[in-house]
This record gives sequence, structure tokens and C-alpha cells, in this order.
Amino acid sequence: MDALQVLTYLVWLVAGVTFILALKFLASPSTARRGNQLGAAGMALVVAWTFITPNGEFGIGDNWWIIVVGAIIGSVAGWLGAKRVAMTAMPQMVAIFNGAGGGAAALVAVVEFLRDSELHPGELLPIAFVIATLLGAIIGAVSLTGSVVAFGKLQGLIAARPVKYPGSQIVTAALFLALVAIGVFLVAVEPSVPLFLLFVVLSLVLGVQLVMPIGGADMPVVVSLLNSYTGIAVAATGFVLSNYALLIAGTLVGASGAILTQLMTKAMNRSLFNVLFAGFGTGGGTVAAGPEGEEQLREVTVEDAAVLMAYGKRVIIVPGYGMAVAQAQGPVRELMDLLVAKGVDVQFAIHPVAGRMPGHMNVLLAEANVPYDRLKEMDEINDDFADTDVALIIGANDVVNPAAREEGSPISGMPILNVDHAQNIIVLKRGRGAGFAGIPNPLFSNEKTAMLFGDAKPSVAALVAAVKQA
Amino acid sequence: MELSAFELLSALFILVLAAFVGFEVVSKVPTMLHTPLMSGANAVHGVIVVGAMLVAANAGGAVAIILALLAVILGTINVVGGFVVTDRMLEMFKKRPGDRG
Repeated sequence: MDALQVLTYLVWLVAGVTFILALKFLASPSTARRGNQLGAAGMALVVAWTFITPNGEFGIGDNWWIIVVGAIIGSVAGWLGAKRVAMTAMPQMVAIFNGAGGGAAALVAVVEFLRDSELHPGELLPIAFVIATLLGAIIGAVSLTGSVVAFGKLQGLIAARPVKYPGSQIVTAALFLALVAIGVFLVAVEPSVPLFLLFVVLSLVLGVQLVMPIGGADMPVVVSLLNSYTGIAVAATGFVLSNYALLIAGTLVGASGAILTQLMTKAMNRSLFNVLFAGFGTGGGTVAAGPEGEEQLREVTVEDAAVLMAYGKRVIIVPGYGMAVAQAQGPVRELMDLLVAKGVDVQFAIHPVAGRMPGHMNVLLAEANVPYDRLKEMDEINDDFADTDVALIIGANDVVNPAAREEGSPISGMPILNVDHAQNIIVLKRGRGAGFAGIPNPLFSNEKTAMLFGDAKPSVAALVAAVKQA
Repeated sequence: MELSAFELLSALFILVLAAFVGFEVVSKVPTMLHTPLMSGANAVHGVIVVGAMLVAANAGGAVAIILALLAVILGTINVVGGFVVTDRMLEMFKKRPGDRG
């Protein structure tokens, strides 16, 4: 092992440690940003080192221009995307960046396979090598097309509802079997290039096939899972290239993504299997919990709502996706400031799956400079609703749906915020339709509930104006 | 690609230990930071750009060069976009002076 190789290993080690610290520092908001910057610095180090020693010796090699051209195009695209995206569109953006990583992993596997089958024509390649290459290709490809579909669903480009056709599960099973068969052939019989390319194409189809039947409300879980997949694909290519930086980073993300996915499904009290295969949100919930005729919904005027809050002792605000789409976080914060100035105790109750990603509400409210000690997690605040004057629900629906406490609803068993224990419930809601998951919500016809229909942003702005008068 | 048994085993060790580190580290992250966590982890697997650079350096023939170029582009999008967007999110978690911690 020469000195350069030793240095290379040390660079990988340093990069690996910075990646671990990047995730570790996310345990507290005060260190999180520093951690991320540290991770970026480690990344810059390993990229720079690879650039000057791509062939195991100093020198940028003949193909340096590919790297430079690719890096410029990719940096501009990534930078613009990341800087321009609205905070509300964050889940889509993460999905698309993840898809890019998955696509890169699949391409690396393809190029490596093509090269090695060319170098050793007519020979069997080492089993471990072929298996790792196939894993990188299939998982990366599934992550690519799956992320693109998830992006489409979150962005509203394709139907958010679960898209199923008769026999779709048979097609998935057939695809899977075909992939296994081709894989075995490539490992044991002949590393045929056309068959390998067919393998990649089928993997791309599999990604679409797996994500299309999942409803839009479950996309955060899917994005998290695909994130984990990309990590595994990266680890597999790290194995193929004998590159420990890829191996460590990929495994780290694969494992952390798996845990995060599990935390998310647990918060919804569902299994991952249920999320992936149940086609949640078909609108065909078995029990329409309680009659919900329009005439039963009680509307409230902005002034009445403002008085209720301004003269209450405690108000708990429950934000949901409606706040995000309406970009209402700024006015919400203004409302909080006004109420606090009037001596009202204002807190925010954040359901673990409110919005489209766990922590989505925290990001938005932080953007509006709401101090994060006012944001309470569900378990922390759920008992406080009982002595709360007003629960103000801004565009949340399924996470406050009491149907979850009863049997027979598609969300049965999902822990919810106990908003119905509050003295008064004010619901800001865009329209009269059911929520994203397509489940009727008996909370809205509760006798303590008053509805304020309209887009969240003008509604909250009107509340702000009215509280000033009150 | 000729991996020795020793190299295979070392890789396996790294794989298993890194997986445990991943589990441990993430279980301590509070819910409110889960979105930045997803995004930060997303940026970390952008290290695939290193893999893309390595295959690009050895690419011969038009097909391999085009595929490698695409791989570098996608990998760079992942790594740059991932870190920048995570930084943007975390910037908002900064405490304003005067806020109670």
C-alpha cells in the first residue's frame, strides 16, 4: 500500500466521520446547522481528493472535462433548485434530489458493468461484484423513478389518489420475478450486456409500479423510504468500486432512512406494509363516521372568532397542510404576537405527521420566526386541550379527526390531537371537501366547532385585523 | 474489481457497523428536525458523485462517456441541492436574540 493509498483511506475516514457528525448534530436545533456545514466540508474534501487522484495516482486524467462539465451543470441546477424552492414545496424538492442520487447510483452501476464485461468478454464476473452491481442498479433505478412519481404526486402533476388498475399487483409480482430471474442468469450463466440493460429498464418500470398505487397523503413516508433506498444503492456501488466513503455514507443513510420511515409509520399507527400496499385514501373508507351534511356545519364570523381568542386565557393553534399551501405562516405568527401581547397563552400543537413531512410545520413556523419553544409535540400538549379556551385549527384535518378513535375508519388507531377537548374549536378550512386522505371528519359537525371557510392566508389576516380591534 | 477475501470482509464490517451508527444517531433526533434530517441524509448520499467521478475517469467510448457525464450531473445535483436546501431549512431554526431557550 503506497502513501497515496493510505492518504485516500484517511480522506474517506475523515469524510465518513463528518457525515456521522452531520446527522448527530441534528439532535439539537442549536448545533444542527453547524453539523450540516461540517458534512458539506467533508463532502468537499472527498470530492476534491477524488478529482486530483481519480486513477489512484496524482493527476486529473484525460477525462477530467467530463467531471468539470458535469459538476458545473449539476451545481447550477442543484443550487438554483435549492435556493428558489418555497419552503412549502420542500418535500417535492427532497424527492427530486433523492431521485437524482438514485439515478446517479444506477448509472454508475451501468457504466461499471459495461466496462467490466468489455474487459473480460465471455467470462463470468466475480459473484460478489455482479450482485453488488445489480443491487446498485435496481435500487438506484427504483429510487429514481419512484421519486419522480412522488414528486409528481406532491406537486399535483399526477393524480394524488392511489392509481390502481386491475391486476396491478400481478404485474408487480411478475416484474419482480423477471428481475430475479435475469439477475440469477447474469450472476451464474453469462454477464450479457443486453440482458443487463433489460434489467435496468425493468427496474425503472418497477419504481413507477411501486409508487403509483400509493396515495398522496402517504408520500412523505415514501420519500423517506426511497431516501433510504438510495443510501443502500450508494453503499452497493461503494462495494463495487471498493470505495469506503461511498460504503460508509450509503449505509449510514440507508439505516437512518429506515429508522426515520419506521418512526413516521408509527406516528400514523400503521405498518410500512400497510402504507405501501393498502392504497390508503381511495375515498372508500368503510365507515363514513357520522352524517356530515353541509347544513350541520356552523360558521363563525371573523369578529366573533377574534373576540373568543383575544379574551381567552389559552389558545392552542393546530397548523396543518392548509397553512402550508396558503403560505399563511407569516400572518399566523403575527396573530400569535398580538394574542401574546394581550396576555393570552399561545402554543402550537404539532402532530408528528402534520403537513407533508414530519417536522414540516416546524420548518414553516421557524421560517416565520415563531420561537420553537412554543411548538409542542403531540404527547406533550394533548392533556392541555381540556383547559384551553380556543383550539384554532388552520388547515389541518386528518390529524384532528376523532374518527381515528373509533373502529372501522381507515385511520382508526392513528393518534390524534385532542382538540375536541377544548372549550371552543375554530376551524379554518379552504373548502367543504374531505381532507387529503379523503376521510370525512366528524369534528366539523361537533357542536363546539365553528367553521371559517376560505384560504388560510386571508382568513388569518382577517383574524389579525379583528384581534387588533377586539 | 478483484476483491480479496480480506477486502470483502472489511467491507462487511464497515457495512454492519455503519448501519448501527445510523440507527443510533437518528433515534436521538427530535420530530421537529425530521424534515431537515431527511434532507440532510439525502445530501450525504450525494457522495455518489465520487463514484460517478471514478467511473467518468475511466470511461472510454461515447456511450460510457455520456452515461458517466449524466451520472456526474445527477450526483452533483444531489449533493449541492441537498446541502444547500438543508442549510436553508436549518438557518430558520436559529434563535433570535432575546428568545427564551
